[in-house]
Amino acid sequence: MTNNYVGKRVKRTEDPRLIRGLAHYVDDISLPNTLHVAFVRSIYAHAKINSIDTSAALAAPGVVAVYTGKDVADKIGPVPCAGALPDLKVPDHRVLAKDKVYFVGHPIAAVVAKDRYAARDAVDLVMVDYEDLPVVTDVEAAAAGGPVIHDSFSDNIAYRLTSGEGDIDAAFAAADRTVKQRILHRRLAPIAMEPRGVLARYFPGEEELTIWSSTQIPHLMRTQVALMIGIPENKLRVITPEVGGGFGSKLNVYSEEALLGWISMQLGKPVKWIETRRENIQATIHGRGQVGDIEVAIKNDGTVLGLRYSVFADMGAYHQLLTPAIPTLTGLMLSGAYRIPAIQMNITACFTNKMATDAYRGAGRPEATYVVERAFDLVAAELGMDPAEVRRKNFPAASEFPFHTATGLDYDSGDYETALNKAQEIAGYAALREEQKKAREEGRLIGIGVSTYVEICALGPSQAMPAGGWESATVRIEPTGKVTVLTGASPHGQGQETSFAQIAADELGVKINDVTVIHGDTGVVQYGIGTFGSRATAVGGTAVFVAIQKLKEKAHKIATHMLQADATRVSFEGGKYSLQAAAAASATGTSEPVVPVAEAPAAALPEPQTEGKTSLTIQDIALAAHIAKELPPDTEPGLSATYFFEPKNFTFPFGTHICVVEVDRETGDIKFLRYVAVDDCGKVINPMLVDGQVHGGIVQSIGQAMFEEVVYDEQGQLVTGTLMDYAVPRASHVPNFELDRTETPSPVNPLGVKGVGEAGTIGATPAIVGAIVDALAPFGVKHLDMPIKPENVWRIINGH
Amino acid sequence: MIPAQFDYKAPATLDEAVALLNSDLDGAKILAGGHSLIPAMKLRLAQPQLLVDIARIKSLAYIREEGDQILIGATTTHYQLESSDLLKQICPLLPECAKSIGDVQVRNKGTIGGSIAHSDPAGDWPAAVLALDADLVLVGPNGERTVKAENFFVDLLTTDLQPGEILREIRIKKPSGKFGHAYQKVPHPASGFAVVGVAVNLTLNDDRSCKSAGIGITGVGVKAYRAKAVETALAGTTLDDNAVGAAVTHVCDGIDPNADLYASSDYRCHLAQVHTRRAIQAAKARVQ
Amino acid sequence: MKKAINLNVNGVSRTDEVEPRMLLVHYLRDILELTGTHVGCETSLCGACTVMLDGQAVKSCTVFAVQADGGNVTTIEGLAKNGELHPVQEGFWEKHGLQCGYCTPGMIVTAAQLLDRNADPSREEICHGLEGNLCRCTGYQHIIEAVQYAAKKAGQA
Repeated sequence: MTNNYVGKRVKRTEDPRLIRGLAHYVDDISLPNTLHVAFVRSIYAHAKINSIDTSAALAAPGVVAVYTGKDVADKIGPVPCAGALPDLKVPDHRVLAKDKVYFVGHPIAAVVAKDRYAARDAVDLVMVDYEDLPVVTDVEAAAAGGPVIHDSFSDNIAYRLTSGEGDIDAAFAAADRTVKQRILHRRLAPIAMEPRGVLARYFPGEEELTIWSSTQIPHLMRTQVALMIGIPENKLRVITPEVGGGFGSKLNVYSEEALLGWISMQLGKPVKWIETRRENIQATIHGRGQVGDIEVAIKNDGTVLGLRYSVFADMGAYHQLLTPAIPTLTGLMLSGAYRIPAIQMNITACFTNKMATDAYRGAGRPEATYVVERAFDLVAAELGMDPAEVRRKNFPAASEFPFHTATGLDYDSGDYETALNKAQEIAGYAALREEQKKAREEGRLIGIGVSTYVEICALGPSQAMPAGGWESATVRIEPTGKVTVLTGASPHGQGQETSFAQIAADELGVKINDVTVIHGDTGVVQYGIGTFGSRATAVGGTAVFVAIQKLKEKAHKIATHMLQADATRVSFEGGKYSLQAAAAASATGTSEPVVPVAEAPAAALPEPQTEGKTSLTIQDIALAAHIAKELPPDTEPGLSATYFFEPKNFTFPFGTHICVVEVDRETGDIKFLRYVAVDDCGKVINPMLVDGQVHGGIVQSIGQAMFEEVVYDEQGQLVTGTLMDYAVPRASHVPNFELDRTETPSPVNPLGVKGVGEAGTIGATPAIVGAIVDALAPFGVKHLDMPIKPENVWRIINGH
Repeated sequence: MIPAQFDYKAPATLDEAVALLNSDLDGAKILAGGHSLIPAMKLRLAQPQLLVDIARIKSLAYIREEGDQILIGATTTHYQLESSDLLKQICPLLPECAKSIGDVQVRNKGTIGGSIAHSDPAGDWPAAVLALDADLVLVGPNGERTVKAENFFVDLLTTDLQPGEILREIRIKKPSGKFGHAYQKVPHPASGFAVVGVAVNLTLNDDRSCKSAGIGITGVGVKAYRAKAVETALAGTTLDDNAVGAAVTHVCDGIDPNADLYASSDYRCHLAQVHTRRAIQAAKARVQ
Repeated sequence: MKKAINLNVNGVSRTDEVEPRMLLVHYLRDILELTGTHVGCETSLCGACTVMLDGQAVKSCTVFAVQADGGNVTTIEGLAKNGELHPVQEGFWEKHGLQCGYCTPGMIVTAAQLLDRNADPSREEICHGLEGNLCRCTGYQHIIEAVQYAAKKAGQA
């Protein structure tokens, strides 16, 4: 292998099409005679549907069909939930509401028309007669009793679960003190810049259906939609063209995906639906949505003995794909970066008349990190210790890895103290504390927040996943020497077309431009799991890496044969198989590539020319493998290998974020002074992409910490239903980030990578909130719930 | 995302526009920059039958001096006002206010007349024209009339514009003598609209005491208003911290401040006080 | 009800009959098949649909095609000249100013406007200039660096 690309700042191969406006997202694909779908959605949070009158809509110009819940109830199966928990209540959620609606935005009818205009106009003509039902919006009230949302159940409790290891009662009994805090995690809207969209086309002759969808999981979606609409899975092809961000919101199987496929089969024409932003905020999954009580047992020296987190988790009105699983991920990460001998998590998960919650960037882990880090700040405040020192005191040492936690995990590798030290050094932590002291004397309010997080990535071993935690790759070298990588991962902005090409180019010793990474087409790519849980590089990248090793084993065999040498004498270096004795001589000279790499079309494949050669490029061998005249006995022609990588464990990236803010005494405005992040995501394939992931994650945390909140009123009406009300951070809202890294390889995969997609959203909120709370410490503040708006700050300062 | 159907007319003259508007008083709407109207139409909160586009009437977009007046045509864009070297010299409140509106794309297309006529309770221009005591020239089927800005803003999204009338021009008395301007704004983090916007037009006597203060407030009430009690309290004072501090406590007098998810009524009123004070101080510091 | 419109889009003259309610962004995307201009919100906030109309960056979701009659439109597809990337496009590539790419065309067009008006903007001026463009992926830092890169590059040219 060579080292030309991995670890280097390689510009993305994706970008030329994107920066020139030539890429294709779902709505950019147009097929002749496409019909357009628009949805009638519930304006009530909870109501009985007495009747639906579609006659005026059907009579409107351009309208082809209108489907309601009754039309599809026995045709399309329920929206799937993959969460498997003991005694889990799973509502029978259909693609269109039938007798009842149970959240604002619940689809009631699908209008199909010749264009978007006619479809949208006809939506206003569908008359729905609703009968109001009592609304449940508060998750704790939902648990306490009152009106029941689903008639098939006796209450609104989706499940209860207690998890954790260690003797929690003994821990609290032995404690010098306990620290408690109620903590809210508001609902967030993922707001991928590209809303969801589906284009479906049925080919009646071939009995094949193709669905283009903006999804993170093309294969899983294919399986589920095939089951829902009753088409053989191998007659359904799912294509994810360019996907404009997901953040977990497209890690799902949605009503619209199945319904559009089914409608296309009914009408024999392509049908398209593109989500509007209002639909996106109403009916694409939300994230977070927990109300919990954290309780920590401590010794007076700052040693943490035990931690208990009891949480009410807001499922929303029904389960999407992973809804019930998300709070369990919170439970897994409650040990944070610390040695905590006893941990207990109690979940009460409830239905409410709101959109389902599910995976939003971090998916349960930000909640865990946030409560643990907030708890450590509270411990520091309780004991009058520096928050960094309380953390340091409870870190496991680097030598203790793999480190077993009382949540049942084995952290793969880590060196938490080095990351903390580095971040403190960059921030000038001691000097900052001095500056803060001086500022306070001058009446200025400066706060410093520290977060030392651990996250769980590379989801994950299949044993721990609802449906497969592996990832697949096929690598082949085409006769012309071009390398094709087919990955089951489904990147949508992360840049794996580049980072996987970096891996392949180095492992094969070819130029990166000779590598093409293909993903997101179930008609072309072997079955895969998809992109989520910071898994693509650690699991999918590893699959690419191992597939290449397999491919090279075969290439080595062919090379040995062609060079008429003993296998042990042929070595692979710089993309070439060489006779070792000759290696020294040829190392300095440049051998002419036998396979033309230029793009000029050739009438016929050249014959491999091996006579007298002491070395062959792997691309020469690919050609020989396809021509197949010079292969060793019992060797399959072609040069291709497929590998399904099953990781043995998760990976556990970590880091330290330090945030410095100043608040305006008069207005409560919060201004960032510094933001330092030292992240350790294991080995880095492309540092530029890693920085980008960290920046983006931190900014989503800034949104969560300071602006973002999906608000429903008591009637279950969505108050923040557009981007006029739901604030997504803008350029002027964010500070300049000072990033650095430590690099602790993961032993879980041969690349040593851990994953970085969610680090920012996991590590940053506690640092930001910690900083704001610290700024307000002179007022006796120990905790504030997100989003912390200037008004909250002002009220504290001014005693309102 | 898709508005209801409508018809579109782009008259060449203002007279034609008035005639078209009066041809369908219930269904016709004036379209200028469209940056209030089109978003409402896309959400189908507005469903006009006819749009009369006045942005193509070239003679309606101008900034010029005439005697002791500054005349601004209704379809002058925010960006034209923001980038006007003339205004930066003779009436800097206008470019400063313009710069804080929405974003560059909005400022390139949105117009001062549209903003004033729409009278969004969180729009920026109403505060500025109130502070400058502007006259608004309205033209209708029976000719022209002039209304003081103060009397123009009537209620939530309601102005003195009568059915069939179009706002044609904004007239501002050229600030003279020792004057200083400032616009302070707290933008809503999502919409960019003013949670609080304060426009201050300050004139000092030769001894640097306050001769007059025009203070326009937006974002706080159902409509933009002049904070008269503050203006009165400032007049004649030296504008020292005490005088300004005392004066700004009156900024919400007679107003029932708005409340929303971002700012409650009392916090909003507090912000209005703080930013009025800051704007007065900034304006004072800018007096030549 | 259809109206005839005449536009010059990326240097090519176009004549079409459109419904008055057709937004410029839909005209560009659906009629001219210039799908580089995106729709990201319904409320004129996200800036994904930004194009140049008569030299000014506008949100093409908040302009009816009929309003643009007689105008000159430059979309992302028309920004590169003679196969050479616009300095802002180059900056975005060089500095990793994009991830999913959905906001990118609007962001690039707006940044180009920013540099047209201010050849050497400060960080704060860049942020102010990009106020009308949302990005959910990058956290903006690389976008700001991309604009700085483009400013420097254009300054050297």
